[in-house]
Amino acid sequence: MKKAYKLEDLDCANCASKMEQAIAKLDGVNKVTVSFMAQKLVLDADDARFDDILQQAVRCIKKVDDGCSVIL
Amino acid sequence: MARILIAAALFAAVYAADKLTAAPGWAVLLCYLVPYFTAGYDVLLRCFKSILHGQVFDECFLMTLATVGALVIGEYPESVFVMVFYQTGELFQSLAVEKSRSEIAGLMELCPDTAVRLNGQGEEEEILPEEIEAGDVLIVRPGEKIPVDAEVLEGASGVDTAALTGESLPRDVAAGDRVISGCINLTGVLKLRAACAFEDSSVARILELVENAQLNKSKSESFITKFARWYTPAVVAGAALLALVPSLITKDPATWVYRALIFLVVSCPCALVISVPLAFFSGIGGASSRGILIKGGNYLEALANVTTAVFDKTGTLTNGAFAVTAVVPAAGADEKSLLEGAAAAEHFSNHPLALAVKAAAGCEAVPDDAEELPGLGIVARIGGDTVAAGSRRLMERLGAEVSLIKEPDGTAVYVAKNGKFLGVLGLEDVPKKNAAKALDALKAEGVKKTVMLSGDRAAAAEKAGKTLGIDEVYAELLPADKTAHMDRLCRAQGKNERLMYVGDGVNDAPVLARADIGVAMGALGADAAIEAADVVIMDDDLTKLALAKRIAKKTKRIVRQNVVFSLGVKFAVLILAAFGAANMWLGILADVGVAVLAILNAMRCLKVKKES
Repeated sequence: MKKAYKLEDLDCANCASKMEQAIAKLDGVNKVTVSFMAQKLVLDADDARFDDILQQAVRCIKKVDDGCSVIL
Repeated sequence: MARILIAAALFAAVYAADKLTAAPGWAVLLCYLVPYFTAGYDVLLRCFKSILHGQVFDECFLMTLATVGALVIGEYPESVFVMVFYQTGELFQSLAVEKSRSEIAGLMELCPDTAVRLNGQGEEEEILPEEIEAGDVLIVRPGEKIPVDAEVLEGASGVDTAALTGESLPRDVAAGDRVISGCINLTGVLKLRAACAFEDSSVARILELVENAQLNKSKSESFITKFARWYTPAVVAGAALLALVPSLITKDPATWVYRALIFLVVSCPCALVISVPLAFFSGIGGASSRGILIKGGNYLEALANVTTAVFDKTGTLTNGAFAVTAVVPAAGADEKSLLEGAAAAEHFSNHPLALAVKAAAGCEAVPDDAEELPGLGIVARIGGDTVAAGSRRLMERLGAEVSLIKEPDGTAVYVAKNGKFLGVLGLEDVPKKNAAKALDALKAEGVKKTVMLSGDRAAAAEKAGKTLGIDEVYAELLPADKTAHMDRLCRAQGKNERLMYVGDGVNDAPVLARADIGVAMGALGADAAIEAADVVIMDDDLTKLALAKRIAKKTKRIVRQNVVFSLGVKFAVLILAAFGAANMWLGILADVGVAVLAILNAMRCLKVKKES
């Protein structure tokens, strides 16, 4: 399943690429893109565990930049 | 903003006081700490949080380390200046990014906020475009955007398709016509029947496409993110070495720690990481303002390297419709009576040949009655005359003797009046008006070879190829032959050469997929084409191909400038710092100043010159 989420207050391009790397390493993630320009997270992950993976992804994002929030 | 100004003013005051008076060291430090915290308290806070999360090497951490280090070794003014300037730079950065984002969003403002629907009682109700369902009756007033693809039920107006195609000439529509979402209704009130729901309309698809373009990253973009991953730790390691090793040897730690701090300031990767994707983002945005949709940075990059352009013939290079190209009257007849006679005879027919004849004649008499003879043509009675138009066999059946000096090219329509041969019209599918110009422009932009693949008869294909100056023409191809040709042409490519295939995107999906870049022309309203292609040209203006390539080349050039410039400046400052020829002021300038310049440079990609 592939879903897109809007990101708020993502204000550093390098952070976006760090988030992307961290989420890509999560188990069950097929493909992930964190776009600084579009302020968007696009997550492609296992259908069955999607919600769980999404929660982990949000934690990864918070870890890199505490001020950035995902609009779920 | 205000905070930065206050911090800067405080800093200036403290700096002046420090220079003029001889206050004790601890008092001076306390004074400098006021503007320092004013400017940078959030940086310190974020740094602290990042460390708690186990994230080192982020910007806040580096800035904190550098400025605190400077305070420790007694370089108070520099420390404060770095913090103030860093914050100024961040502000500029976010302003610039915000501006380019909003400019692109402006280009993409295709969709109205609300729509007006007529409910069962014939009353108007305001709804969100997302709520529209296929079959709904909608009212669109002048100045409003058309929310979904629809058919006109009542009213006549001009619609402006500029937001979609870049073409500013309005198109006239009346009852029965199809209108496309995203166009602006200009003059009259239109009553429409929605052809689909909002999420299936052209606008929704285009918006989705442009947003997703961010996901297809270009090679330069991946390179720069990878580079940044190594760059920061490497420079920080360099800083550590620089602070420790020479200090132990020379016993002069203050000098070397100071130089190491400059390294830290320069080690931030953000200028690089932001300027490359921003350039691609702007390039794609600029192109879409001209009706060229590019599905990702990777395609924009490949477009700059296109050296072979392969074209489909019918509907792409040619109009895909017949036009009268030769009027050959028989002895004793003239061109005008020949054309008008044929047009009158074909008055009731919607056959493609009939439409072309009527278009060429401009006006025609209305026949009293007309009879269509299948496979032969039409015989019509007009004010006592009998006019026949059709094949040569029709002439033979009517007993009209065909006498000709030469046969015209293409498909022939023979015309007779009252059993007497009048002449013949030659009809062909002619190249688009600007096709030759467009191909020349492409060559000027660096395309070395043009190829035409056609399913049409060899004679017709070769004639079109010759008129347009195409290098290689392959005709009478079946779809499978086209893919075979594509494979061969792709293999013949050099390492950094790319091939693009230009088609109408409807019948050539496999070929589009085979090419490095598949371009669909005239895709406005043709959803299949938008899906299949990598680059979509909304109208059927072939000159946009050269424009797209020019935008791609410009973007590539700007990306290269940014990479070379920011890396060059950073390395230069690193070297100068190592040898003690740079101070911290220069370091922060190399970081923040370069970032701002790179962003401004990247934003040039948004500007697309009207015509070269």
